[in-house]
Amino acid sequence: MEEPMIGSIPTMQEIPFFAHQKLRVLRNRGIIDPGKIEEYIARDGYLGLAKALTEMTPAEIIKEVTASGLRGRGGAGFPTGLKWQFCSQSKGDVKYVLCNADEGDPGAFMDRSVLEADPHAVLEGMVIAARAIGAHYGYIYCRAEYPLAIHQLNIAIAQARECGLLGKDILGTGFDFDLEIYQGAGAFVCGEETALMTSIEGKRGMPRPRPPFPAVAGLWGKPSVLNNVETFASVAQIVLKGAAWYASVGTEKSKGTKVFALTGDVNNVGLVEVPMGTTLRTIVYEIGGGIPGGKKFKAAQLGGPSGGCIPAEHLDASVDYEKVAELGAIMGSGGLIVMNEDKCIVDIARFFIDFCQDESCGKCTPCREGTKRMLQILTGITEGKGREGDIELLQEMAVIIKNSSLCGLGQTAPNPILSTIRYFRDEYEAHIREGRCPAGVCTALKRYTVDAEKCTGCGVCAKVCPTKAAKGEKKQPHEIDQATCIKCGVCMEKCKFEAIFVN
Amino acid sequence: MAKLTKEDLKKIKDKVLAKSALKEEGPRARVTVHMGTCGIASGAKEVMSALMAEIADAGIRDVAVTTSGCMGMCSREPLVTVECLGREPIKYERMDAAKMKRVFQEHVLKGEIQTPFALARGEESSE
Ligand SMILES: Cc1cc2nc3c(=O)[nH]c(=O)nc-3n(C[C@H](O)[C@H](O)[C@H](O)COP(=O)(O)O)c2cc1C
Repeated sequence: MEEPMIGSIPTMQEIPFFAHQKLRVLRNRGIIDPGKIEEYIARDGYLGLAKALTEMTPAEIIKEVTASGLRGRGGAGFPTGLKWQFCSQSKGDVKYVLCNADEGDPGAFMDRSVLEADPHAVLEGMVIAARAIGAHYGYIYCRAEYPLAIHQLNIAIAQARECGLLGKDILGTGFDFDLEIYQGAGAFVCGEETALMTSIEGKRGMPRPRPPFPAVAGLWGKPSVLNNVETFASVAQIVLKGAAWYASVGTEKSKGTKVFALTGDVNNVGLVEVPMGTTLRTIVYEIGGGIPGGKKFKAAQLGGPSGGCIPAEHLDASVDYEKVAELGAIMGSGGLIVMNEDKCIVDIARFFIDFCQDESCGKCTPCREGTKRMLQILTGITEGKGREGDIELLQEMAVIIKNSSLCGLGQTAPNPILSTIRYFRDEYEAHIREGRCPAGVCTALKRYTVDAEKCTGCGVCAKVCPTKAAKGEKKQPHEIDQATCIKCGVCMEKCKFEAIFVN
Repeated sequence: MAKLTKEDLKKIKDKVLAKSALKEEGPRARVTVHMGTCGIASGAKEVMSALMAEIADAGIRDVAVTTSGCMGMCSREPLVTVECLGREPIKYERMDAAKMKRVFQEHVLKGEIQTPFALARGEESSE
């Protein structure tokens, strides 16, 4: 019997948010109870591991992962198979498999969601990696701010051990691998590979120069493979369904799907997984449902503090590693922040460089001092103290900081500034030359003025103004003294005649 | 659970699928509360408590309750999926304790879908 009402409810496939997604990493989302290993197994979980352990040699596993074209989802996009191959060739009986679940980018929550909803997918990927490189122990480096993810992981690890899917003699094949969670304190720099390993070693999380690369000398000086949560969560499906299946989706050089945390000025805030090469427009307008309040799209920020902005003119660009880099952003780990026309681009750049100077570990001078200086300059610009030549100075410093910093934090910290100057130079210039913030965000640059035509001289503004900057004779047009105005906006809010405006 | 072999994986799959399939002798219906951090932050725990209270009050034994992670649409949380024997699953959005009570009384017990809170029907496609 069909209910009469059911036809009015759209199917999942009729809702653009779901229709444009392709679920591989998130294939179990909303379906399984992450606390029950048997539900994961019922969705063909651990079959990839069984195949890797019983039907494939380590070299064959690496070959399959390489052929799939899978690239690291933590940011840099390094080919995963190649990384495993380097490590497998390193000599030594003690090697480590490490999972990067630090997820420090502001606005990013892909890895947290994967760990919460499908922790076994990550564990399975790690055991396969261990088999490929010959490791018997591993760590998941997860920030302590993710209590639910850690809770689900702990349950998953205990269940996997009980079932012989972790520990000694996995699936009765004689292969041993076990792992533990290492909780990080949530420092952004600890997501950087060498800092992460230093942190697990019990020392202060600071990066060290490479080479030697972790594949040769990683955790405790032993050959190690570090991959991102999403990277590991992709592996079992590749082994089970084959490289060709995986590579059937995506672009020439970017294969498979990518998970994005879609946030900011967009109707459908959420977690989405799309084929590589999907256009930004599809992600923002179809999946994201567009910008709330009928506002205009200004830019999308990809890659967080290491990334950049993609403006409206490139909405039809394909989102893949190459194209995004060409446009001056990076694919990054999957943070995608949509910004509407009300956002000030200089303020956005300032936010990210503020984050980087805060999170800079201080070990190397270009990053420690450079990000601080850049923040000072940007803050000056947003406060109306910008000077002619500031833009050029920022660009010059950016190159030096990128080239001389010790680790990826400093090497990429100037990116948000460079990309916003590239696309929105006029907005920087308006701040510097005209003392004007086109988006009306920078408080110091706001000017509240009275429209003498509309003002009835009722005196409400003068009454509510906390600094007595708004004044005038009764029944005469009032004025706002710019020197004493603190730009609180109360006068505009209280004016019944819409006679006060801001620019 | 004892240590598994490759053959056991398939057996477990069959067993779980048989056990969780909805049937006349029960479970006749299943309610899934999506409880990722996003869901919990928007009130999924209250929704779950309301559901458990309703089930206890009704003295019902053939309705399975389960939890799952985020379904992706964080902005519509808390989300709840209701599956009834022989019917398409329904996803309810922006749930709270009162709506859960109504969905339980009307949909789970009487089969009347509460369209005002329904987000979608059916399942997501995956490979
Ligand atoms: C400052 C900084 C922070 C990073 N944070 C993360 C992170 O939170 N998660 C992550 O997976 N990779 C992060 N990375 C990248 C890692 O160093 C490393 O490249 C990555 O974990 C390798 O895994 P993949 O090849 O699977 O991407 C960060 C890099 C830098 C420089």
